[in-house]
Amino acid sequence: MLYIEKKDYDKILKHATDGLPNEACGLIAGTADGEEKYVREVYLLTNIDASNEHFSMDPKEQFAAVKDARAKGYELLGNFHSHPESPSRPSEEDKRLAYDSKANYLILSLEDREHPVLHAFLIDENKNVTENPIVIR
Amino acid sequence: MKLTVAGKKKEVKDGITVAELIEEEQIENPLYVTVTVNEEFLQRDDFETTKLKDGDEVEFLYFMGGGSVR
Repeated sequence: MLYIEKKDYDKILKHATDGLPNEACGLIAGTADGEEKYVREVYLLTNIDASNEHFSMDPKEQFAAVKDARAKGYELLGNFHSHPESPSRPSEEDKRLAYDSKANYLILSLEDREHPVLHAFLIDENKNVTENPIVIR
Repeated sequence: MKLTVAGKKKEVKDGITVAELIEEEQIENPLYVTVTVNEEFLQRDDFETTKLKDGDEVEFLYFMGGGSVR
């Protein structure tokens, strides 16, 4: 289970909406109690691909976020990106480029702009996908 | 000698290279990992030859990307 506060969800949503028509991306950090993960910080990163079909995070921003999270005593819980025109599920490219089996991969679909959908997934070494339920509170 | 790896102190053999550290740390999918030493980004071609020094701070960052194409 992944717990995220409404204000952090709103931050992700605004970043994704502001980034349209392109995909937006970022990192999430927080605390963990076994399988229960609590998002405490959201980092809004630049999609250096500037594309509505692809994203790559800026490594320098990624590094700065990791350092900041650590300084606050948080661990990196995963990342997020938006799908402007497709559902909230990992694409073949998302799976192919998922190299960290411990990370939560959050995908925010803006396919229906009035009803955004956010899901989190775990992707193992064999590219098997498991949904990790999200609680927005 | 001592290094700080991903924020944690580690005792490693003297003169360990970045490539050896990647192996020792059992980093998943090392081809897709970016490495910083003391906040400087290393070129992948230098992993084999870059020897770490006592007190160095090392970070491993996974490439993070994807796409919404099916």
